[in-house]
Amino acid sequence: MSNRLQFFSRRQWLLWLLLALVLLLPLSGELYYVKLVTRMLIFAIAALSLDLLVGYLGLVSFGHAAFMAIGAYATGMLASQGYVSAWLAWPMAMLLGAAFALVAGVVSLRCSGLYFIFITLAFSQMVFYGAQSLRSYGGDDGFALDGASAIAPGLDMSDPMLLFYVSAAILLACLYISRRLVWSPFGRIAVAARDNEARLASIGVQAYPYKLLMFMISGAMASLSGALLANLTGFIAPGYVSWLVSGELLVMVILGSVGTLVGPVLGAAVFVGFEHALSDLTEHWMLVFGPLIVFRVLFLKDGIYGLFSRSGKDGREGEA
Amino acid sequence: MTFSILLEQLFNGFQYGMLLFLMATGVTLVFGVMRLVNLAHGSMFMVGGYLASTAMQATGSFWIAALCALVGSAVLAAMLEILVVRPLYGRGHLDQLLATFGITLTLNELVVLVWGREPIFVKVPAMLSGHTDILGFPYPVYRLAITAVAVLAGLILMWLVARTRFGMLIRAGADNRTMVAGLGVNVTVLYTLVFALAALLAALAGMMSGPLIAMQPGVGDPILILTLTVVCIGGFGSLKGALVASLLIGMFDTFGRIFAPQWFGAAGNTLANMLVYVVMAAVLFFRPAGLFSSPGKHQ
Repeated sequence: MSNRLQFFSRRQWLLWLLLALVLLLPLSGELYYVKLVTRMLIFAIAALSLDLLVGYLGLVSFGHAAFMAIGAYATGMLASQGYVSAWLAWPMAMLLGAAFALVAGVVSLRCSGLYFIFITLAFSQMVFYGAQSLRSYGGDDGFALDGASAIAPGLDMSDPMLLFYVSAAILLACLYISRRLVWSPFGRIAVAARDNEARLASIGVQAYPYKLLMFMISGAMASLSGALLANLTGFIAPGYVSWLVSGELLVMVILGSVGTLVGPVLGAAVFVGFEHALSDLTEHWMLVFGPLIVFRVLFLKDGIYGLFSRSGKDGREGEA
Repeated sequence: MTFSILLEQLFNGFQYGMLLFLMATGVTLVFGVMRLVNLAHGSMFMVGGYLASTAMQATGSFWIAALCALVGSAVLAAMLEILVVRPLYGRGHLDQLLATFGITLTLNELVVLVWGREPIFVKVPAMLSGHTDILGFPYPVYRLAITAVAVLAGLILMWLVARTRFGMLIRAGADNRTMVAGLGVNVTVLYTLVFALAALLAALAGMMSGPLIAMQPGVGDPILILTLTVVCIGGFGSLKGALVASLLIGMFDTFGRIFAPQWFGAAGNTLANMLVYVVMAAVLFFRPAGLFSSPGKHQ
């Protein structure tokens, strides 16, 4: 609990400063950067949802991109049918994400460690081929979003400023909910299941339902980020489910440092920023970025979040 | 559906399965001995294929090409092991996963830099082109040759693991690394050799797949995912499991692609693509640690 008390510890104010700066960004009027930061915010939501699994359940999902794709496809397909209301599309995206998490979770959560990692990868491959088979939605080529999600008549996400603030609000809401969640009794049981499932069982608590529920929450959150991403790019394709995206989401989480919630958000921002800056420099930016990932894993003990708070972790790193 | 087509597909399924086995043994061996998940294994497949095609074009000799691919990949793997992989032993799976993921991304891009994005098509070597007659139906010689080489490689590997001193050390290292090191064996070198051996097998698979599938950057990625599926079904660290699961997946995939579209129409193609993963989910639902995982040694 000491962590809560340290919330405003020495370097935490830097985070609040960062947040203020981000929120003021649209005042600069640079649409290009607004869109870039929106991308960061959206991937931050996805990375945050993944941290709920990796950091607090010790379950490494290597198929989290599938949820983003489900959210994006739900939004896109509803828009094609003429339903552009965000109040319909986004809850629908989250519902479908949670439903898929339920189905995938029932099987996956029986496995642990490596088997969990690769069964989630297998489920994301199923989603990939499922998306690919949607001929009326472009099949392999994907399709353009027919209409941006609207929160009110005339107020839709085709306005980059609005999308920026909506994404920021959703990210903050997700952060708040996640923080409440992991410090709730529910979250503490999840952490106990991560650290020692046998001991948890011996005091009469079955971990499985808690894991499943957390998996569904995480899935719903990632789907919501997918719905936002569809609005940002205006385009939806099976490429959303690529195993590379799932891997990149994990990289974001570990870049920021696992099990800290705020860390993965920073990780996502840094990842997207790096990706952007490097791809401006050279077409072969992966040649720089790939080794950077290796370097991060081999040599940095703490992620970026470690720079902001020395003892900021809510627990030790999840042993996958 | 005639008998001869069925038989042909049986051969195809077996050939595909054996190719997967070459890949899966590498992953399962490296895991069994070093407790390392290696996502860079697909890159070795790719590098092997590219090296072989380039050497083939440069020299025209099939044998030199094979030598280049195998030795080149093994050397590359040994270098990677020493530089990057070695510190990962004893780390959590997440670290291993991400570091080897980083290697994959780097090697994919390196291939783009060296060979470009355009797919490279490799010709079947002249002596293996054409068809032969099996029980009255024509079958490509090249596919038969792949099957033969893969079976041979599998047998050599099993001999190596079960009958040689090197294999004995591998098995001992898998059981108790500290004890093996305590008995004066240089475990560090042993690990490098095992890693290189795994890469060599992947390169062999990549080299032989060259004429069947075009080589392009990232060509190893889908193969890697299939390989991981196979290893999960078989159970991590089990060579027997790898063999059984490879053949299972080879057959399921080959026959799924024939029967599913016939039975389910347009949805069948999707089903055929997903089938492998559905099989995996079904197996893991009933046996969460694969078919042949040894108790106490899993994960």
